[in-house]
Amino acid sequence: MRNWLYLHGRSFLRALHRLGEQPFGTLLSALVMGIALALPAGGYILLDNVASLARGVSGTPEISLFLDETPDVAAQTEDIQHKLKAEPAVASIRYVPRDEALRQLESNGLGDVLGGLAANPLPDAFVVTLRSDDPGVYDALTAKMRGWAGVTHVRLDSAWVKRLSALLELGRVVLLVLAVLLGLALVIVTFNTIRLQILTQTSEIEVSRLLGATNRFIRRPFYWFGSLQGILGGLIAVGAVWLGVVVLTEPVARVAETYGAVIALTGPNWQQSAAVVGFAAALGWLGAALSVRRHLRGA
Amino acid sequence: MIVFDNVVKHYPGGYTALDGVSLKIETGELVIISGHSGAGKSTLLKLIPAMERPSSGSVWLNDQDVSRLPRRAIPYLRRNIGLVLQENRLLFDRTIYDNILLPLIINGHPPGDAGRRVEAALDRVGLHGREREFPSGLSGGEQQRVAIARAFVNRPSILIADEPTAHLDPAYAAEIAELFNSFNSAGVTVLVVTHDVALFRHWSPRRLALAHGRLMEE
Repeated sequence: MRNWLYLHGRSFLRALHRLGEQPFGTLLSALVMGIALALPAGGYILLDNVASLARGVSGTPEISLFLDETPDVAAQTEDIQHKLKAEPAVASIRYVPRDEALRQLESNGLGDVLGGLAANPLPDAFVVTLRSDDPGVYDALTAKMRGWAGVTHVRLDSAWVKRLSALLELGRVVLLVLAVLLGLALVIVTFNTIRLQILTQTSEIEVSRLLGATNRFIRRPFYWFGSLQGILGGLIAVGAVWLGVVVLTEPVARVAETYGAVIALTGPNWQQSAAVVGFAAALGWLGAALSVRRHLRGA
Repeated sequence: MIVFDNVVKHYPGGYTALDGVSLKIETGELVIISGHSGAGKSTLLKLIPAMERPSSGSVWLNDQDVSRLPRRAIPYLRRNIGLVLQENRLLFDRTIYDNILLPLIINGHPPGDAGRRVEAALDRVGLHGREREFPSGLSGGEQQRVAIARAFVNRPSILIADEPTAHLDPAYAAEIAELFNSFNSAGVTVLVVTHDVALFRHWSPRRLALAHGRLMEE
């Protein structure tokens, strides 16, 4: 194991040395990879911002459960609250007694209309929010709640949830297609870079073979080279996305202000940044692996 | 022990480099192989580390049929054979130290032990203190000595050399011959292809001569 790590360490340093030997070429390749990756990564971040923005503008989607009139209100309320807490998809539960609902309507300017009524016509209710944006989850839970004893009516404002979800889904598909196409391009870039590397290292490869190097030994530095180039490209992509966020934050906030909204763009968090860099490294490794297999058949 | 059993080697185009060569080399022998250009000397040497495969016949190394060795086993065979070629095949973008270190890295030696072995090898070929230099700054004889250090740093049981003194002046050539003899004295089987048999006469080696792919005298 120690020897394996030592050999990988040497290959890593060798690859790093080769990257450093051609700083201009390395930078150019990393820039190509970085810019190509910044497009889907930036799109994903934009989508993320749009999703949270839409939630902020329209409010979190809620399900309202209106309860039957019953002599034992406390027992019924407790029973339904217990059922709601048992649902893993439920994020928050708020109980709205009928008197509070009436007060809310009065404060919304409907006091005159309600004043003409002999008694409070509003039922007790629960207002529930879910953890998911998935319309399927909303529909399934609503159907389930309708079957609960003591629930007279369930209301779900799902139209905008569905619309938003469909738009976000479309955005995700477009980004996925873009990511696959650009990923393919990056694999080709690395494939070609490694091909050139192999051509310049022919003498070293031949000598290593004569000295008893295995295929793995010969291929290892090229895998590291491809991965390192990918990591560099990934870092450039994350940097480019952050730069985009920094540049766009103020203009977007000014536009939002004219609509009476407050919008603050957020850049990728560390998990998203690590995912971009890791994805780029994997693409670099893949390009290197394909190239090495193609051009080092004899090795 | 190295055994050639009726070995024939044809190259594409119909050229026959070896034509029914049979011979046995015992462990610890010093063997000098001579012959005219194109006699098949280099081919004979290349068959031992499986750089070439015979067209027919077989080559045995310590009871292992090298001619039928699977490709994946060849690297492990070569780690036990020190190889010095006419063109020294040094890596000119690496220091002398790194050139000699390479076979030890390939063989998976721990860094500390590898470092000590490189130092000892440099000492043996008279290049101690010059390990940080690059091969391009060395004379032809010094480059060949680096190649020899690289060939024996792994302590192989067999050392084969193809015209190691070809481009050297007589003084350097004598030093190289002396080095090969010292390895042989330490128990290493040494096979040297050379036009300059006189260089080794002093140590009474076993002499083989090839002509037109056939072993002419022994």
